[in-house]
Amino acid sequence: MSQRSAPSAASAPPVLHRAGPDLASPPRLQLKGISKIYPTIVANDRIDLLVRAGEIRAILGENGAGKSTLMKIIYGVTRPSAGQIFWEGKEVQVDNPAHARQLGIGMVFQHFSLFETLTVAENVALALPGKPALDELAQRITDVSERYGLPIDPRRHIHALSVGERQRVEIIRCLLQDPRLLIMDEPTSVLTPQAVRKLFETLRQLAAEGCAILYISHKLDEIQALCHTATVLRGGKLSGECIPAQETPRSMASLMIGRELPRCEHGAAKVGGEVRLALVGLSHASVDPFGTDLQDIHLEVRAGEIIGIAGVSGNGQQELLRAISGEETLAEKFPVQICGVEAGRLPPGQRRKLGLCFVPEERLGRGAVPGMSLADNALLTAARRQQLVAGGFLRFGRARAFAERCIETFNVKCGGPDAAAKSLSGGNLQKFIVGREILQAPALLVCAQPTWGVDVGAAAFIRQSLIDLRDRGCAVLVISEELDELFEICDRIAVIAKGRLSPTRPTAATSVEDIGVWMSGMWPGASTDAAGTPAETLNA
Amino acid sequence: MLELEARAEPSRLMSWLSPLLAVVLMLGGGLLVFSALGKDPIEGFRVFFLNPLKDVYSLSELLLKATPLMLCAIGLAIGFRANVWNIGAEGQFMLGAVAATGVALYFDGSESGLLLPAMVIAGALGGAAWAAIPALLRTRFNANEILVSLMLVYVAQLFVSWLVFGPWKDPDGFNFPQSKMFGDAALLPALLDGTRLHYGFMLAIAVLVAGHAFMSRSFAGFRMRVAGEAPEAARYAGFSTARMIWTGLLLGGAAAGLAGMAEVAGPMGQLTDKVGSGYGFAAIIVAFVGRLNAFGIFLASLLMALLYIGGEQAQQYLNLPSSISMVFQGMLLFFLLGADVLINYRLRLRRRAVGGN
Repeated sequence: MSQRSAPSAASAPPVLHRAGPDLASPPRLQLKGISKIYPTIVANDRIDLLVRAGEIRAILGENGAGKSTLMKIIYGVTRPSAGQIFWEGKEVQVDNPAHARQLGIGMVFQHFSLFETLTVAENVALALPGKPALDELAQRITDVSERYGLPIDPRRHIHALSVGERQRVEIIRCLLQDPRLLIMDEPTSVLTPQAVRKLFETLRQLAAEGCAILYISHKLDEIQALCHTATVLRGGKLSGECIPAQETPRSMASLMIGRELPRCEHGAAKVGGEVRLALVGLSHASVDPFGTDLQDIHLEVRAGEIIGIAGVSGNGQQELLRAISGEETLAEKFPVQICGVEAGRLPPGQRRKLGLCFVPEERLGRGAVPGMSLADNALLTAARRQQLVAGGFLRFGRARAFAERCIETFNVKCGGPDAAAKSLSGGNLQKFIVGREILQAPALLVCAQPTWGVDVGAAAFIRQSLIDLRDRGCAVLVISEELDELFEICDRIAVIAKGRLSPTRPTAATSVEDIGVWMSGMWPGASTDAAGTPAETLNA
Repeated sequence: MLELEARAEPSRLMSWLSPLLAVVLMLGGGLLVFSALGKDPIEGFRVFFLNPLKDVYSLSELLLKATPLMLCAIGLAIGFRANVWNIGAEGQFMLGAVAATGVALYFDGSESGLLLPAMVIAGALGGAAWAAIPALLRTRFNANEILVSLMLVYVAQLFVSWLVFGPWKDPDGFNFPQSKMFGDAALLPALLDGTRLHYGFMLAIAVLVAGHAFMSRSFAGFRMRVAGEAPEAARYAGFSTARMIWTGLLLGGAAAGLAGMAEVAGPMGQLTDKVGSGYGFAAIIVAFVGRLNAFGIFLASLLMALLYIGGEQAQQYLNLPSSISMVFQGMLLFFLLGADVLINYRLRLRRRAVGGN
């Protein structure tokens, strides 16, 4: 994660109007010794936090460090087991989110809570107290959006908006209530680099006007570019505070994970390997009415290389993955060719036989059955390839042994092969799933969001495993929204936008900025149709 | 103030205690029902729940009654595990009985030892064939199997009536709607002398064991469990949904058909229009009270049989209406669904919140 080209603000120096914290008044919010104890886990352990008017404070930590729980306590979603909350110098008890909003606390969640079939104005109206008149509200929305550079048409329906625009609706919804403290939960995970820069400008303007901002993230470069101060959590405890501008991403990372960050080894790819995956004019209408249709996609993935597909989520990644994995079969055979076999109409099991292994982006419920043991989950995809089944009956011994091999080789922290999948942390379960697929010695591995929501240490480990797999002659296709990740591991990179795929470029011959522009559908030779609509997303 | 608090994970202990709790609540409810009807609740309790257990003959009747429930329930449980909601076991039961009767009547007078095995096979096939209709409609046209399988129960009932009022009516049966009595070679032999308990019970135990092996040891059973717990994971793994629907319905139908066969070749000895006595529906309750698990189903079917027999006793000795059994069945399912909340939640006593602000 450290010395890579940073996709966001760092790559183009932003205007820094670091107005900074207002030290004169009492702190906007202060937490003293906040603890939250669940029956099985201590999510927060005596945490102190202080944020002042005009201050943008980062809350930094790995998954499971307790960031979200702490924010939920501030926003009144859960109650602390112990500790005190002071709001502008006075002790308060935040009863529920409505009470938090009344105090002047706004929160933008990582997962949007918008009704797709309603308009922007209607969605905003639902969050406001009383029954606001829609026309008047639309005018207020337009005012606020102009003031903060968040252009949005209040009459548009949510389902027609890009992800960046939806986030804008969430932010505007908060701003309409004149928040004095704004909590942003991992806001950039779904944005293009350009949209991230735009968002940062808005946040800086808000801070300059005296709003306090708590910014939750694990992206160190963003925190460096945006935040005045940072509070670092580790394992539910306060692990330190720092001023990001005086730190390096590496030093913050070690504060966050408590040790030095492993680094990925990435040699040059072999050239001229055989084609393991060929997409030949793949077009497919999405089954989801709000999905994206795939249009005329061409791609070749060869043995010994990693190809990355970048793009803002919702641009056809899901549909493409399902078409490759066989979860969605096509009407024709030829558009998907796996190891030389036309596989468009084959179901997933048959494709696996040809040498395809696949890591889906949802771990629980798709990549693994939550309530089943790891040994049972090993059976899910490895039953045939690892001979875990004989004569229609399960071979428990072999399944356990294979699960144990995944656990050992991929350093999965768990209670052994009998542990239920859902008892593992996100990162460990992901390591298990990636391990399960890699240890089947695939000819072609397709990997979606390999490190989404995975802590930094596990992410580096997973990336290194993908590179090692490539070096052993496997063809690897990675679809990810994290540009840093793609730039770190891929040999060639392409972009998906509005269901179309750009040509691939050698990673060394392109830049984060170029790919960022491509992500809005404008790559050299893109048809005007493809470039026209998504241009709006660029303005995000 | 009592409040429900979500558990960190579902309690395994509670998932087994919940049926027991439901039984206790049902017994409590029963006492209230008896008093409301003006009967001495203790006497009612004794007649309803203790009479059926008082001697070997009573116990054999209990096992006899439990046999079709066990068979139907284990078959249903296999489908339920994969979210295949076959609620037409009653109809599949009747078609199994019809098919077995067909074989018995066709080979009427035969002394062959192969007749019973042939009837067993015919019963299973008959039930499976009836269940194949919802399977086909579901996989071909996405027709809801709950509705189709349920509606086919009434078709099956009319079909049985037509047979026993028409072509299969016993010419010497004084115009009663029933077939000829089966020959000895077409009857399941008694398991215990002096009782009506027959080898169908052993068949049911064998099917329970086989069902358990299928669910926990076979790859097909594993696929069905995955489909039930995480449909997206089943899709990802490439387990065919259509195949699971077919497996769930055909196995459920076959087991129900076997139960129908065991009924006509056992205690009834002939086909009548009363062949379906609600076993197929009661088996749905049995399957859930038994936690879709073979051993649980064994116990739950004994309980359900007790409710049937207790209801008969209550009619006989307490002059209660025959629907009393249904009331108890209903209470059992009702309390079970209620108690199941405690698998995912725990009860907590909460002090009244101190108002902040």
